[in-house]
Amino acid sequence: MKSQQQGTNPVGAVMVVGAGIAGVQAALDLADAGFYVYVVEAKPAIGGVMAQLDKTFPTNDCSMCILSPKLVECGRHLNIEILAPARVQGIIGEPGNFTVTVNQAARYIDMAKCIACGLCAEKCPKKVPDAFNQGLISRKAAYVLYPQAVPLKYAIDPVNCLYFKKGGKCKACEKFCPTGAVDFSQTDQPRDIQVGAVVLAPGFKPYDPTKYAAYHYASLPNVVTSMEFERILSASGPYQGHLVRPSDHKEPQKIAWLQCVGSRDLNHCDNSHCSAVCCMYAIKEAVIAKEHSKDGLEAAIFFMDMRTMGKDFEKYYWRARDEQGVRFIRTRIHSVDPVPGTDDLSIRYLDEDGTLRAETFDMLVLSVGLEVAPEVLETGRILGIDFNANKFAETSSFAPVAATRPGIFVCGAFQGPKDIPQSVMEASASASAAGDLLAAARFSLAKKKPEFAERDISQETPRIGVFVCHCGINIAGVIDVEAVRDYAGTLPFVEYVENNLFTCSQDTQEIIKERIKEHNLNRIVVASCTPKTHEPLFQETIKEAGLNKYLFELVNIRDQGSWVHMHEPERATRRAKDQVRMGVAKVGLQQPLREFTLPITKAGLVIGGGAAGMEAALGLADQGFKVHLVEKKDFLGGHALKLNHTWRGEQVKPYVDGLVQRVTKHPQIEVHLNSEVTDVQGFVGNFHSTLSTRGREVEVEHGAAIIATGAHSYKPNEYLYKENPRVLLALEMDQAIREKNPLVTTAKCAAFIQCVGSREPERPYCSRVCCTHSVESAIRLKELNPDMDVYVLYRDLRTYGPRENLYKEAREKGVIFIRFHADDRPQVAQTADGGLQVTVKDLILGLPITIRPDVLTLASAIIVKEQEKLAKMFKVPLNNEGFFLEAHMKLRPVDFATEGVFVAGLAHYPKPLDEAIAQAKAAAARAAVVLSQESIKAGGVVASIDPALCSGCQACVGVCPFGAIDYKETEKVCEVNQALCKGCGTCAANCPSECITLLGFSHKQIYTQIDQALAELKMAAEAAG
Amino acid sequence: MNPEYSPKVVGFLCRWCSYTGADLAGAMRLQYPPEIRIIMAPCTGKIDILFLLQAFEAGADAVFVSGCHEGDCHYVSGNLYARKRVERMKEILKEVGLEPERVEMFHVSASEGPQFAAIAREMTERAYRLGPNPVRREVRTAWLDQRSAAGNAA
Repeated sequence: MKSQQQGTNPVGAVMVVGAGIAGVQAALDLADAGFYVYVVEAKPAIGGVMAQLDKTFPTNDCSMCILSPKLVECGRHLNIEILAPARVQGIIGEPGNFTVTVNQAARYIDMAKCIACGLCAEKCPKKVPDAFNQGLISRKAAYVLYPQAVPLKYAIDPVNCLYFKKGGKCKACEKFCPTGAVDFSQTDQPRDIQVGAVVLAPGFKPYDPTKYAAYHYASLPNVVTSMEFERILSASGPYQGHLVRPSDHKEPQKIAWLQCVGSRDLNHCDNSHCSAVCCMYAIKEAVIAKEHSKDGLEAAIFFMDMRTMGKDFEKYYWRARDEQGVRFIRTRIHSVDPVPGTDDLSIRYLDEDGTLRAETFDMLVLSVGLEVAPEVLETGRILGIDFNANKFAETSSFAPVAATRPGIFVCGAFQGPKDIPQSVMEASASASAAGDLLAAARFSLAKKKPEFAERDISQETPRIGVFVCHCGINIAGVIDVEAVRDYAGTLPFVEYVENNLFTCSQDTQEIIKERIKEHNLNRIVVASCTPKTHEPLFQETIKEAGLNKYLFELVNIRDQGSWVHMHEPERATRRAKDQVRMGVAKVGLQQPLREFTLPITKAGLVIGGGAAGMEAALGLADQGFKVHLVEKKDFLGGHALKLNHTWRGEQVKPYVDGLVQRVTKHPQIEVHLNSEVTDVQGFVGNFHSTLSTRGREVEVEHGAAIIATGAHSYKPNEYLYKENPRVLLALEMDQAIREKNPLVTTAKCAAFIQCVGSREPERPYCSRVCCTHSVESAIRLKELNPDMDVYVLYRDLRTYGPRENLYKEAREKGVIFIRFHADDRPQVAQTADGGLQVTVKDLILGLPITIRPDVLTLASAIIVKEQEKLAKMFKVPLNNEGFFLEAHMKLRPVDFATEGVFVAGLAHYPKPLDEAIAQAKAAAARAAVVLSQESIKAGGVVASIDPALCSGCQACVGVCPFGAIDYKETEKVCEVNQALCKGCGTCAANCPSECITLLGFSHKQIYTQIDQALAELKMAAEAAG
Repeated sequence: MNPEYSPKVVGFLCRWCSYTGADLAGAMRLQYPPEIRIIMAPCTGKIDILFLLQAFEAGADAVFVSGCHEGDCHYVSGNLYARKRVERMKEILKEVGLEPERVEMFHVSASEGPQFAAIAREMTERAYRLGPNPVRREVRTAWLDQRSAAGNAA
């Protein structure tokens, strides 16, 4: 998309609708790249479904732990405005300049006054089922969505609130709110908001199995949905993470998961699609449940096809099956029966041998599918976008995040059922697409942080001010805050002490600034709540008063004080005094920390000239950045040149030709054919790379790099490949169809063998694209000649997501699917006349079947070769199978831990064209975040090596996970590159000469904290003589 | 004089997971004994074995380090280094004749408030069970006397 066609300038703001992980990621990418972002969320807090999950596959990361920092970042971003709860009601205008009408619902709580103490909820007499916990427990009508909610502000639910129901009675919350935040006079506020683009990320809703009468979900409490099970597993869930079943809170001994509930099903619902995530989440839930259970929980998963097609998913499946003892049974359960006299459940099923079995379980988990909620479909209708047959947002494979209405972009499960990394990729891709459209308006509306002059305190002795917070009664109700304040006054270097009812309130910020001036304070301690939420606020305050923001210490006497010692006021007060003493001593040793800026080379290097590489290059170039595109071969296009159609049936060639044209003609893109990267120096914002073009070397400067080097197809040694001309690989089949090869056009019988080289011990991963590709080719063959016998021999058919429709179509067209076991694979033999004979055991009949195909297609694995060189040059890792390993499987799917380097396409993992394009756009968005900055900020809490003490042993170099420490050969000492250092301090702990200081957490500061923590003992010992 | 034994437990927590887990224990109002003093570091990888030694020298009766779960470290692998150092510290404690269980490594994620509270209780209980750190000479002597008196009485 070209930057803005209209005469007028576009609006430099974007609206993101929906604030689950996809919406949050899109908002952060856009705001970081210089746009002002409005986030419109229907619930009173952001976080979406990911906030409700317990763990995430395949790493078993705690969902909330990895999500929460993103939510906090989104919540306090200068250029993100969260409207919650709110809904979109209308839109007018055109791409680049829309006016969106948003109805911001009344919260009945003044956000500026609410301190999230929870008294309103405590005093509220009205209990309602807690939807966040899937109704397994209740909440109050005054509530916070979840404990870590962003914004962490309460809301009153007017549907259930007694004040609204009983016409002005109750008001208990208002009576007890210590800050007067409850405001029943609030009303819904419609707002017209001008934006240049809209990103839709409203997500999905889990299928409601109430309609599935045969499973008795509505009447049997121990039949739960997978979402309910997530909450049951969660430590912050209804049972505090104790795995018990709802009916009697008994620990279950035996749990079964029933797959495809509300997916791949046109009998109980209209969801013909596969929901793409349920196989993996069921395995994850089974594994985690087994971990929770003390005495060997039995876990069984009843499934149709095991669809573990993502990165590291297959290994996860094997581990669950072979090591963790999860049972997998291939069958669809017809019905569930209660076991009379117990709360147990019985299911009957045909096992793989065709034997009818009955089995009893304590609990059944329905792996419910993903669908778009009716109210979200309504929002889509208001915005004028189209939906596909499965009622997900309609997009094309070549523009996977563009909705049917220009200027509106879509991402996440709203676009189709998908997992978190795919949602995050699409979110970044939407940010890139919106960025293309609005590039001219970058930083036109986004605010820049104001700068404050800093006072030089280098010649001053510490003059510390201590502010002790009451937090209403949250702290003062337990801890004697006046005594803590007076005690603080006796500590060395403390010049001023004060109590505040709420130290975080806006007026107290003014008071703190005044006190700093009045008393010439140069260091501040606040004893209140947790630094995780409040440190940035106070740091901002002291910055405005002219102090370096690091001259601050937050002492946590609430979350780690009054709240955990509610019945021991004296000892809690003693602990608070110790904490204040530790904080005062630490801040006394604190020196101002410098942040410095480094310039950025506003150019990108993209390695690989396939579809992903070209899309990434265009993504950056269309946003106005210079790009060097490096391709090993003497032409652009990569594997996409060999594809006929996408799974949606779109022709690939015109798209690739168009792409090559745009890339070669783009004034901002310099294409380097026949070239390789031979050396990389520098770091984020300032890379210097050497390209070798047929032996001639060129130096290029770039601020970011995107690796999109693609992959190869595995050339099998099995199944007579290269021995018999009738045996083809998938891409050769495409070519044969394209070129109307008589081998295909005259064929009366064709066969496909799946998983050739994939899902094998030496290649323990699924190549993701082959099932869909073979099904698509099988359909083409049937179209070519409806009388042709077409067989697909497979292990699990993995037409995930909406691709399931293609599988259905193939079956309807008469393609025959025969499943085989990995340990009893098809036998391919050459007949005397040079023909082929394929023998496979039909698992339903239990008999061998012989097929004589005229052409046999092998769906061979996608593999990578020789990625090590590039990995080493950029200091980025590879996984065991040789694919590039991203910074975080879930939330940073295109980033590396090394800043400024990104990955896209097959080099990361096998994927179809639409996903590769989305990932390429995502990589471009992430690189644009780097390149759109004026400079890079570095410094603050980073490590620093004293060269006078360094012995050059390099113990630090090896432990640094970010490659931030270099050994200087000439000086024989190590040096930290502060632009790369992330401030973990691992080097400091590893240095045998203690010559590394983590600024802000120096050895001396930590020793002092230890001493002060235990000072009472010393004093007692001295007193005792 | 018979100095009363009130244990001191020092916990080193990483900022990203365990410190947040400790905060969650607060948000969930989970109660644990107030003998604990928490020192936050960006990462448990920063926790030098010297800090653990210093804590014992200064009289801590039990010391623990709590970081992210393996594989969850915000800084990739700091928690693995911490685990090794704690293992080494246990060896040192054994060499000087102290109980190795006075020091422990834990992994608490940001959503494991109950686990943090359980750790806090566990380490305090250990401190009570093992008695005062011998550097607190008088308290230790009194505690030993009391214990043997109780033993004799039984």
